[in-house]
Amino acid sequence: MLDASTPLAPPLKPRRALDPKSEPINGYRGVDLGDGRQLLSMRMAICQALYEEMQRDPTIVILGEEVAEYNGAYKVTKGLLDAFGPERVIDTPITESGFTGLAIGAAMTGLRPVVEFMSWNFSFVAFDQIISNASKMCYMSGGAFPIPLVMRGPNGAGPRVSSQHSHAVEAIYSHFPGLIVVSPSTPYDAKGLLKTALRQNNPVCFLENEMLYSFEQEIPLAEYTIPFGVADLKREGRDCTIVAVNRCVHWALEAAEELAREGIECEVVDPRTVKPLDIEAIVRSVRKTNRCVVVEECYRTGGIGAEVAAQLMELAFDDLDAPVQRVTTTENPMPYAANLEHETLPKPHRIIAAVRRACYRSP
Amino acid sequence: MPAQLYEVDPIAVRDEIGKERLIELWRRMLTIRRFEERAELAYRAKKVAGFLHLYIGQEAVATGWYDHITPGVDATVTSYRCHAHAILSGVDVKELMAELYGKATGNAKGKGGSMHFFSREKLFLGGHGIVGGQIPVGTGAAFSLKYRKTGGVSLTFLGDGATPQGTFHESLNMASLWSLPAIYIIENNQYGMGTACHRANAVDSLAEAKAVGYNMKAYTFDGLDLFASWKCAQEVVAEVRRSSRPVLVEAKTYRYRGHSVSDAGLYRTKEEVERYKRLDPIARVQQALQDAGWLSEAEANAIDEEIRARMAEAADFAERSPEPPLSQLTADVYA
Ligand SMILES: Cc1ncc(C[n+]2csc(CCOP(=O)(O)OP(=O)(O)O)c2C)c(N)n1
Ligand SMILES: [Mg+2]
Repeated sequence: MLDASTPLAPPLKPRRALDPKSEPINGYRGVDLGDGRQLLSMRMAICQALYEEMQRDPTIVILGEEVAEYNGAYKVTKGLLDAFGPERVIDTPITESGFTGLAIGAAMTGLRPVVEFMSWNFSFVAFDQIISNASKMCYMSGGAFPIPLVMRGPNGAGPRVSSQHSHAVEAIYSHFPGLIVVSPSTPYDAKGLLKTALRQNNPVCFLENEMLYSFEQEIPLAEYTIPFGVADLKREGRDCTIVAVNRCVHWALEAAEELAREGIECEVVDPRTVKPLDIEAIVRSVRKTNRCVVVEECYRTGGIGAEVAAQLMELAFDDLDAPVQRVTTTENPMPYAANLEHETLPKPHRIIAAVRRACYRSP
Repeated sequence: MPAQLYEVDPIAVRDEIGKERLIELWRRMLTIRRFEERAELAYRAKKVAGFLHLYIGQEAVATGWYDHITPGVDATVTSYRCHAHAILSGVDVKELMAELYGKATGNAKGKGGSMHFFSREKLFLGGHGIVGGQIPVGTGAAFSLKYRKTGGVSLTFLGDGATPQGTFHESLNMASLWSLPAIYIIENNQYGMGTACHRANAVDSLAEAKAVGYNMKAYTFDGLDLFASWKCAQEVVAEVRRSSRPVLVEAKTYRYRGHSVSDAGLYRTKEEVERYKRLDPIARVQQALQDAGWLSEAEANAIDEEIRARMAEAADFAERSPEPPLSQLTADVYA
């Protein structure tokens, strides 16, 4: 359900772009547009959420590789060391398992740590801490030890960075009860969701995307939060529902534009949090369109699409006029070659083909 | 406490290596350098993408060590900064350049890119992207070589930034516990990305201070000096072949380029970089060759020209090679 305090999401496209010559392109201060709106990029929106919450809550500390003196490998934490000092913004050695476990212990004893993974690929080094400790501590202590921990960093394929650096982890981490999985596609969503993450007491996997860090949007200057488990309609349409996550939202919108030209109007539903998943919003859309395509950067086996398809079968079997289609990363490690990478990712050309299949149009 | 540096008499080592072999070592270092300069050029021309971690400045380290092993009998493994190790393993530069270009003729058929060079034949177990990920793999190679009684040793190269990882400590403990013929070479170029070594490590001397905890011997040498690298390698490799006891080695070195190609380098001063550039390991060997009267400047230039031509040819080969066919997409996921 939409929270009454949640303003409607602003348009995706800003009226103008940031001017890198005279305006900041990173850091926590957006450009005040004078009408209650500010213009900023995704990395700035995330930085701003961290800044505002750190000001509000002195128990928040940030730990990670290059987060302090280097201002973040992708400049997401730019300015936070200067604002809050080295007690609260801490460069760690390359020891993901160590600093994630340390953050869990700190979360059990009064702090609210934010762990930055330089990318989520490196969270696998900390996998045991995330799964065996963070996800279960609250439950196995009978509720005595909730873990107010936010783990964040870029997720999904970077540009041509090959097999070990291109994982999308939404599905993996959603598998485990006890974890919240947030995967925002816009600056507006990222800021509101990160603020929510920093005000609740469960371990959160907050999945950003390197390819979206420079994505700009106008967002409110006034404070807002976005609750977990509430999807956002990124585009309305009557013919086919596309459920898309993170960077795939933008590919889905691109595909939808193209499909509109051939008379297929797609509705793009962005769950924003994969766990909890706003299945009601997806069902609502499918009741209208009777067709569904799920687009994600995870793998097909056990992916978000598999989950959405299963739930649609349980909840909306009679509303479906066609099998649910899944557009995922193909079942191979990410190849380096440009043409192979292109085919591996769930890019617009593959989404278009899937929507046509769902609509029984010729390919 | 700073470590005791492995001491060498440069003239004695030079003479021990001898004229032909020293020219060959210099040629190898120069090949690595010119390969990477060419790769950098191709990157700027957008022929190469993703990460490109250059070894420029560190050439004396791997060059000294590979000269005392037989790739294929002995195994080697390293991080994503892997171009030199692949070249020294004996992989053809054309194949490596084609990999950087993401072509079907590449070392991994265009699937791996800059960070993931391999050679099954030469037991080069790869370039690895996850910091610390290769260390147990190198340990496993030592386990296998010992089990199969091949007489081989394994060389695991890693960065200073990898020593805090759990895999490093877990590996050293197993290698010592089971007396594996494993040599771990920490290439301490003084930074893990933008983090100075002392900001990530509780001790100064990475090998000396850490080896004691695992009942291992340690060596520390000047990694900008080929003679120190070569001589230290000679002693350690022979010792490990004889004793099958693991050894931890630290090379004090420096990288002249950024961490990857996109790195503003604000964490170190220009003066510092310049100071280390004056210690260029390749220029110093060339000087030693000249001083010995073994290689004139003209001869050196001629060799350099020949190497540059070979790199241009490799780039040309890469350029002309076809992209991998789409049928390759899911090939090799399983054996
Ligand atoms: C587990 C893991 N964490 C973080 C990274 C990102 N990263 C790549 S290289 C690097 C620095 C490593 O430094 P060092 O080990 O000293 O090697 P160098 O690059 O200096 O050769 C970091 C943090 C990674 N690849 N893997
Ligand atoms: Mg280093």
